[in-house]
Amino acid sequence: MTEPLIFERSVSGRRGYRLSPSDVPTCSITQLLPQDQRRTEVLPLPELSELDVVRHFTRISQLNFSVDTHCYPLGSCTMKYNPKLNDRVAAMPAFAWLHPFQPADQLQGILRLLYELEQLLCAITGMSAFTLQPAAGAQGELTGLKIIAAYHRRKRRRRSIILIPDSAHGTNPASAALAGFQVVQLKSGMDGLIDTQELRARLNSNVAALMLTNPNTLGLFERQIKSICALMHERDALVYMDGANMNALLGIARPGELGVDLLQLNLHKTFSTPHGGGGPGAGPVGVTRSLERFLPLPRVRRVGKRWVWTEHSEASIGRVHGFYGNIGVLIRAYIYIRTLGREGLSRAGCHAVVNANYLKKKLQDIFPVAFPQACMHEFVLSLKSLKAQGLTAWDVAKRLLDYGFYAPTVYFPLIVDEALMIEPTETESKETLDELAEALRKIACEAKEDPQLVSRAPHRMAVGRLDEVKAAREPDLRWNPASVPTAVAH
Amino acid sequence: MDYAPNTDAQIQEMLDVIGVSSFEELISSIVPEKLRQSNLDVPSGMSEQEILQWAEALGSGNRPVNQQISFLGAGAYDHLVPTVVDVLASRGEWLTPYTPYQAEASQGTLQAIYEFQTLICQLFQMDVANASLYDGASSAAEAVLVALRCRARTRVLVSETVHPHIRQVISTYLSQSEAVFQEIPAVNGLTDIEALDRASAEDVACVVLQQPNVFGCLEPMEQAGQLAHRMGGLFVACVYPISLGLLRPPGSFGADLAVAEGRCLGSPITYGGPGLGLFTATAELLRRLPGRLCGATVDHAGHRGYTLTLQTREQHIRRERATSNICTNEGWLALRATIFLSLLGSGGMKELALLNFEKAHYAYRRLLEIPWISAPFSQAFFNEFTLQYDAAIDSDKIQRVLAKANILSGLSLARWYPTMEKNFLWCVTERISKDAIDRLIETLKGFQG
Repeated sequence: MTEPLIFERSVSGRRGYRLSPSDVPTCSITQLLPQDQRRTEVLPLPELSELDVVRHFTRISQLNFSVDTHCYPLGSCTMKYNPKLNDRVAAMPAFAWLHPFQPADQLQGILRLLYELEQLLCAITGMSAFTLQPAAGAQGELTGLKIIAAYHRRKRRRRSIILIPDSAHGTNPASAALAGFQVVQLKSGMDGLIDTQELRARLNSNVAALMLTNPNTLGLFERQIKSICALMHERDALVYMDGANMNALLGIARPGELGVDLLQLNLHKTFSTPHGGGGPGAGPVGVTRSLERFLPLPRVRRVGKRWVWTEHSEASIGRVHGFYGNIGVLIRAYIYIRTLGREGLSRAGCHAVVNANYLKKKLQDIFPVAFPQACMHEFVLSLKSLKAQGLTAWDVAKRLLDYGFYAPTVYFPLIVDEALMIEPTETESKETLDELAEALRKIACEAKEDPQLVSRAPHRMAVGRLDEVKAAREPDLRWNPASVPTAVAH
Repeated sequence: MDYAPNTDAQIQEMLDVIGVSSFEELISSIVPEKLRQSNLDVPSGMSEQEILQWAEALGSGNRPVNQQISFLGAGAYDHLVPTVVDVLASRGEWLTPYTPYQAEASQGTLQAIYEFQTLICQLFQMDVANASLYDGASSAAEAVLVALRCRARTRVLVSETVHPHIRQVISTYLSQSEAVFQEIPAVNGLTDIEALDRASAEDVACVVLQQPNVFGCLEPMEQAGQLAHRMGGLFVACVYPISLGLLRPPGSFGADLAVAEGRCLGSPITYGGPGLGLFTATAELLRRLPGRLCGATVDHAGHRGYTLTLQTREQHIRRERATSNICTNEGWLALRATIFLSLLGSGGMKELALLNFEKAHYAYRRLLEIPWISAPFSQAFFNEFTLQYDAAIDSDKIQRVLAKANILSGLSLARWYPTMEKNFLWCVTERISKDAIDRLIETLKGFQG
């Protein structure tokens, strides 16, 4: 069951919103706006009634799986429940209708909130200072890499290499390249962790930093982190931690004390802000005291009983956001931290680890776990045995949709063949985890008994399996009045 | 308060299945004892009621623009947010999924992105739009990166009339690269076209202009675009979506890449973030675009459906050779913009632009009745304009007098342009009534230096 496009519902002359009539004297556009600055042809937007719009966007919303409707065990994305209270506070007019250029005396509430959020993130991570400016994890990575470059430049040397394990998120090498570095990939050890021999072999005086993820994308904790950091520091190279998986460390360990020099947090993951179908997120960057002067500007400071922005630091890497960052996301994360408090945050970390290990135990006799040791918040299965039936991890992911579960992350990390990466988070109940395990058990049986049932999945979605090859070969990225719908069901 | 549902009894049951007696036993097998730190220096948790009281208390330290008459703009504009946008967008099905990696279970998000891409192309008259970037400033920076790669050249010419924050972000993105960031001076409120012409060089990858520019003035975009092309560079335009109901769209004046801050399409200002980075290009640049793209396709039965596509440009496939490092974007604001544009439609967007134009021109005319206020430039504008106070006028005092009348004055441009002391940037949107403008004028007329 699919819905027509909004453009296909348009009726010429229909209106969906009434604006207030103009209360100022009309002026002559022809006099005030030169002809060559004016739009000449009619704006080709659709024309609908309010009900048309409400029904359309309500109906198509129902074609989505979401955390509110389905378990969403998407590995490395921490799809935990997004508390409604956080949305309510962010929507309060006292926060939603602030202008970035209002004078500071009209902004003491928000400035205090941002200041306190920085302090809370320092307490949780053991870092000394934060910038809240980066709009998402990847922009946080870019900010961190610019800081690394600035650190070495300050020491009057140019170092061009960033070491990145082969298990890393794709954003890590992409951010390093964007920041002007050369990426050297580190082959993971047999245990899925950083191989310190390999690290030593790659380490030289041209290495600016190591970018690691801890726990890594296999859900494994880097047990050698302290000696790895020491090894880097001996060469005056820095250690950047991708904090996308910080949820697992809440109340368990603090990166600052593990020897990490800088990291980004993904507030939309660990701190429960809604993912919005792709964003917005927020990617604050935390640093040690010695890197603080490189943070982007402006920074919020407390001066006596007031909170103000400071615009000056000659060592700063500059500005990364048009204003101060994704404030609406930062407000939600702040409220989440204050709601949970120290006990709740620790409980979140603990339950995330228990849920993941429980689910892993229930699944490991169905599909082999890529690395058998106890995991943190997520784990990776390898579905390569299904190749015998001509099936792939992708097929299992699609079939899982029929059972009412969003699919785990597929084909990532790249070092595991036919990877299925599962992160249940702490907000899923034991009952739901049992149902998920049962669904995967049934799919494993189906794979043996009726492989076509799996290879042709999904069967219960609004559409059947989509032709992605066609989408890429014949890009159709926008509706055109001339394009005739293939088969629209009404 | 926390949101973890499993009871102590259930956790114990799960630990038994895992094969350990306690969480302590489990975690100590993962994280060596000497690396553990369970003591979080964070206050205790709060109930919903306590949180709401605390949020009210914090909020009372803010004075939102909807409680006063605000003439602030400069890249963050106070526009209407229809009830329908708030209500529809707050559905959990929109708010709580992630990037639609599993297309068949994400047709709502994907169809909305496809509609969003179409609406933005229609508004901009451009060939392709992506699914969004972070904000207007990072979109401008990404556009510059596309031009640098596409042209394999190093020089970036950016007009001084581009918002300083946008220039700063471009400059941050370009630092440590081989790119040369060169600013083109302004004359009489506009980009100095002759200076732009003189800056012509063989290594120019792109020319970046903003329309309307940071002073509110309308730039000769077509001319600047022609110059950019004559140099063999691309033309990057930073535009203001609300103005496009009335002004020439970037596709009609030769932009190769047109970007914008799109928060004004149905989302509140929220102190400047989250923003909505709009990113559009000509068809030739399609495979160099940063960010997500959604495409239409069919399923095995031939039914139309939507999926993320051309992903080989992206970081999760291409890694260090990706067109950008962006992963999470601003999907929810893009959805809000989609609903906003669908609701206002062709007629609504035109009327909205016209309302802004008329109110701003009324305010401009009235402000010039004040004897110590003059217009430093005589350029056409949309809903923002620059005015100058006489040298003898104490502008801080004026700010205070206006504040007492509950009015937020235009923004001092001296913060960015030291030679423009006593110059203020005034913005008038549809949210400002004639009465409010008249009150501003009465207050200023009563001002005794």
